[in-house]
Amino acid sequence: MLEIKNLTKRFGGNAAVNDVSTVIERGKINAIIGPNGAGKTTFFNLIGGVIKPTSGSMTFEGLDIVPLRTDQVACLGVARTFQTTTLFDMATVLDNLIVGHRLRTRSGLWDVLTGSKRLMQDERVCREKARAALDFVGLAHLENRIAGDITQEERKRVAFALALATEPKLVLLDEPAGGVNPEETVGLAALIRKMVAHGLTVCLIEHKMDMIMSLADKILVLNYGEKIAEGTPAEVRANPAVIDAYLGSEHDEIPA
Amino acid sequence: MMFLRLFEGRLGWGLLLLAGLLFPLIVGNDYHLTVMSTAYIFAIATLGLNLITGYTGQFNLAHSGFMALGAYTLGILTVDHQVPFWIAFALSGVVTVALGLPLGWVSLRLRGHYFSIFTLCVGYILFLVIEKWEGLTHGTVGIIGIPAPAAIGPLTFDTPLKLYYLVLAFLVLGVWVMRRIVNSLMGRTFMAIRNGDELAQALGINLMRNKLVAFLLSVLYAGWSGALYAGFVRFLGPDLASAAHSFDMTMYMLVGGLGTLLGPLLGALMVPWLTQYMQFLQEYRFLIFGPLLILLVIFMPHGIVGSWLGWRARRQSVAAKPVAPTVTAAKPEVRRA
Repeated sequence: MLEIKNLTKRFGGNAAVNDVSTVIERGKINAIIGPNGAGKTTFFNLIGGVIKPTSGSMTFEGLDIVPLRTDQVACLGVARTFQTTTLFDMATVLDNLIVGHRLRTRSGLWDVLTGSKRLMQDERVCREKARAALDFVGLAHLENRIAGDITQEERKRVAFALALATEPKLVLLDEPAGGVNPEETVGLAALIRKMVAHGLTVCLIEHKMDMIMSLADKILVLNYGEKIAEGTPAEVRANPAVIDAYLGSEHDEIPA
Repeated sequence: MMFLRLFEGRLGWGLLLLAGLLFPLIVGNDYHLTVMSTAYIFAIATLGLNLITGYTGQFNLAHSGFMALGAYTLGILTVDHQVPFWIAFALSGVVTVALGLPLGWVSLRLRGHYFSIFTLCVGYILFLVIEKWEGLTHGTVGIIGIPAPAAIGPLTFDTPLKLYYLVLAFLVLGVWVMRRIVNSLMGRTFMAIRNGDELAQALGINLMRNKLVAFLLSVLYAGWSGALYAGFVRFLGPDLASAAHSFDMTMYMLVGGLGTLLGPLLGALMVPWLTQYMQFLQEYRFLIFGPLLILLVIFMPHGIVGSWLGWRARRQSVAAKPVAPTVTAAKPEVRRA
């Protein structure tokens, strides 16, 4: 679905991502792991078009996405969540979600000034998509709650819902279980599986190893910006380079 | 609750309009009418500023510069080139947007404080151009003898009372259009950019295009309010472009509530009256006004209207909680005042 070849990003002399090639496979849960500073978030930023690669190619469903802006990549069907979700805390959860489907609507200034039929139609569709997405992540009961009042885990789910409202094909999740407790992590993992069951492709960055090992179909391991291993959880777990770089030093890390 | 909500929808705006219409009957003196009309003119500009600053989150400090741009376009065209008032008025909007396009495009490449600092400079450059380009703008002498708004059919605008109603009509139009914008998907798009441009962009929102649209609409409000100002005061000096006016309008927004529709309007109408009544304190009035403003920003960071909306939204969400989801879904949306 997303083919990445020899992707490199240098910041000055420092290669944050160095010559990484991989394939994000359709209908699977693709995970990216690696110690802090391994270049995982840079990798996401490259896919999302936030920063431009120094060299290498990325093709999404056969289309070169390197020259595209972030919003254009999103329109192609690549949605993304962030480690922290910036919601409008004074508005309701539903109000925050309605804009999620904006990219699939075409109403412009003229529609707004005249209150055109198209605008009414677009607003209805956006509202419906927002409700459907909220229902999908299991938060339908929260639609009228103030976004500032919901829990961290609910906020994570709202972030998923925002991504889903864009009608994506591929969803990039940046530490979806960061800052939530173990039981909630299980719930989020179930939600990610549900997304894949509904035909989405997921690519996620995560620090919680037990979650990744049980969830991912395929794992890409980065260290100092380079790919050191790739494969199924079992293969990765058995890889000596991975044990050296990551799993061996796991206990030194501050839990995310 | 239901009773209160009535006042926040169309009825509330209707009552405000009625108060505006009846205001001249209550005060019955030209001085008060002039103060109120001037406040309305600045309220129109503040509505515009609120679109880019309050709703889109880009704190623009060149706003008074654009207001002066509209005012000078009208002044120069009517006085030096004898262009009919309303044609000059329309052109003042066109010129403001035409100059706003390149200036906005350059400024909006910057984010956060850098955008504010840059626009502060843009505003100062606009001020300097107006002050120094004597051949075009008459420099510090200013433009004298700007004609009053010309009659539209049977409607003439030759008394303070008639001018008051003209300005009120523009304010009503401005509020109406702004309400459409901010309550629409477009308004939501702007707010998404304010809440976090990284996330907005990831949601497929073209940042530059949307920020630029908000900016241009905002300067259009400034340009036309400037043109009204020129036709109302009938004298123009470069002072109109000074950053002090941008800061005044910012203060109106803060007092009323950034990113609310009613807030900037309320601030723009309330603060001038407060300062009028503190006139006897002369320069010392800021000794009272400054600390008041600081207290407001500390204890009511969302302003009067923003705090009220926040309080109400929380009450509604608490009220909606015990109800089954299907029932709450049928409830009307939370309407932004």
